Amino acid sequence: MSRKDIRVNVHHIARVEGHGNIVVDVKRGELKEVKLEIVESPRFFEAMLVGRRYPEAVHITSRICGICSVSHANASIKAIEDAIGITPTWQTETLRKILMAAEIMDSHALHCFFLAAPDFVGAPSVIPLASTSPEVVKTAIRWKKLAHDICDTIVGRHTQPISMVVDGFTNRVTEDQMRELRSKIKEVLENDVPKTLEFFSKLKIPAFERKTDNVCLTQPGEYAFYDGTIKSSKTGEYEHRDYKLKIVEQVVSHSTAKQAFGPVKPYMVGALSRFNNNFDQLMPKAKEVAGKLGLEAPSHNPYHITYAQIVEKVHCMEFMMKLFDELLSRGIKDEREERPPIAGWTTKLPPINKSWGVGVVEAPRGLLVHEYKFNDDGLIESANCIIPTAQNLANIEADMRKLVPEILDKPKKEVTLLLEMLVRAYDPCISCSTHMLKVDFIE
Amino acid sequence: MKKPKVGFFEFTCCEGCQLTVLSLGDKLLDLFESVDIVNFREASSYKGQDYEIAFIEGSISTSKDIERVKEIRARAKICVALGACAHLGGVNAIRNFQRQSDVRWRTYGDKAWLFDSILAQPIDAVIKVDHIIPECPIDKKEFLRVTASILLGKKPFIPDYPVCVECKMKGNVCLFHKPNPIACMGPVTRAGCGAACPSVGNACEGCRGLIPDPNLSAWEEVLKEYGLSIEDILKFYHMYNGLMGVRR
Repeated sequence: MSRKDIRVNVHHIARVEGHGNIVVDVKRGELKEVKLEIVESPRFFEAMLVGRRYPEAVHITSRICGICSVSHANASIKAIEDAIGITPTWQTETLRKILMAAEIMDSHALHCFFLAAPDFVGAPSVIPLASTSPEVVKTAIRWKKLAHDICDTIVGRHTQPISMVVDGFTNRVTEDQMRELRSKIKEVLENDVPKTLEFFSKLKIPAFERKTDNVCLTQPGEYAFYDGTIKSSKTGEYEHRDYKLKIVEQVVSHSTAKQAFGPVKPYMVGALSRFNNNFDQLMPKAKEVAGKLGLEAPSHNPYHITYAQIVEKVHCMEFMMKLFDELLSRGIKDEREERPPIAGWTTKLPPINKSWGVGVVEAPRGLLVHEYKFNDDGLIESANCIIPTAQNLANIEADMRKLVPEILDKPKKEVTLLLEMLVRAYDPCISCSTHMLKVDFIE
Repeated sequence: MKKPKVGFFEFTCCEGCQLTVLSLGDKLLDLFESVDIVNFREASSYKGQDYEIAFIEGSISTSKDIERVKEIRARAKICVALGACAHLGGVNAIRNFQRQSDVRWRTYGDKAWLFDSILAQPIDAVIKVDHIIPECPIDKKEFLRVTASILLGKKPFIPDYPVCVECKMKGNVCLFHKPNPIACMGPVTRAGCGAACPSVGNACEGCRGLIPDPNLSAWEEVLKEYGLSIEDILKFYHMYNGLMGVRR
């Protein structure tokens, strides 16, 4: 083993969402310190919700994150519906599933092409790629535009969805709009997937492995994004409402985001965990794409997260086409008369049935939990959210602790790049993870 | 012609406005061609300090933010507030109306002392702002229009009439008049979004800020008619416009 000293200090890691620093200290070949510092300003969302009427929570919490605002809105809506005791209609849930898939596709496209790809070709950003590999950038743009068209049509816009509310939607999508979206998806699936594969299958993924606990939602019948029980690859499945028995959050001094630990200490959430745990339920083309990328479940290499995201992007498109077909064959109904969606200030709010509710979804970066406690007037008394990135932070540090000794012989520049690429592979959403954390519920 | 150098910066926010820039589609390539983006941490590891135009997203909410935004102001010739957090304080300012020790305790418990935080403020509370691009998140077309005006040295057009004007022009049924009425901030909110929210059946929440000289007393009377209490009306303002009385 090399006896050298290395001190890596990457201030404000670029191409991630939010502000974080990597600190590594090696003295005479011995690892003294590894830290992923989260220096994003505290955001205090759970405090903002206190005293608010519940329809407001949906639009406040979607502002936690510009990239996964649909996931936050869905988790928030589900927590509220859980407390009121509402089961949404099949059409409402199907549209929500389409929105989840569109958001995951958009977020993954942003990460794979704009944030991760520049590392593999030695560019600082996607901007020089626009002249060196214009086709790749155009593919990325078409992919993102598709996701935006879908969300714009169904909920008014993607970043900060407008019309998705408790128990339905305040607008109505027509069958013609759905047919158009379906044909756009088909076009991207046929034209852009081969180009994407051609680019990404050539990239050299760093070799590294560390077995960890893969945690995600799982459910019979489909690759779970919107609903299910929580599955840990090491300790099995449990009901989503029991999350507090399994996940413990801690405040650490070097991070404004809390770190979450499971029964097997650090665990991983996100695309690779879903791929590893639910591989069998992927749609056929997505499985084919995994084969072409040489990605097999289970993979213990975190650098493979980017590949798992490409597989999921293809899955999302096939899944959305399937859901659009089902919607069109049943016919779209205007459900607003019969079941007025619960939004805004003047609708009479249904009473809260039980004093708390939990909503769990798979955000692009992994398991997302919202839990609200309500008072007798139906106002929010306290809130708790477990954000995917907060769950991955301890796992990233554990990866860095194993990785650094393995790469010490390399020049410092390369060590730094490999560490940055590792952090970026997790696609951390730091501005998301620095607020909404724990409140002790007095049961 | 030499391309103007541009930087994108973010403070306390969801980064949704910068993501909206990255989601411009084909126009993103046009943007890359018209300006030289030298600093955009969310999208690039290159960090140039020689920018002339700074687009600043997010609210000021720590004492370090104040120093950093002043440094940006010192380097840039033109500073643009990008989105509601930079322009109005955004949803970050909701917590300004709660007791700060409670706010900190609810999030970090007995470790709250570890983290720096001050009341959330729009960036013009700390630096001079030359232009605004309002909304939560920003509107793609408006971003391109305002940016083009800035590059041409013209004063960007931002409407000063209310959202109701655009809503009427779209032929929407007023949300107050629907069978299940929804209270809407459209009558007092600056237009420019194309009545984005009322057009899909949900309330305007005032994210573009208030129009100059809004008739607030008349609007508050309407809200009371629809059953909102004073507390409700205050909460409605606090979503985006809690700081309106405090601001210049």
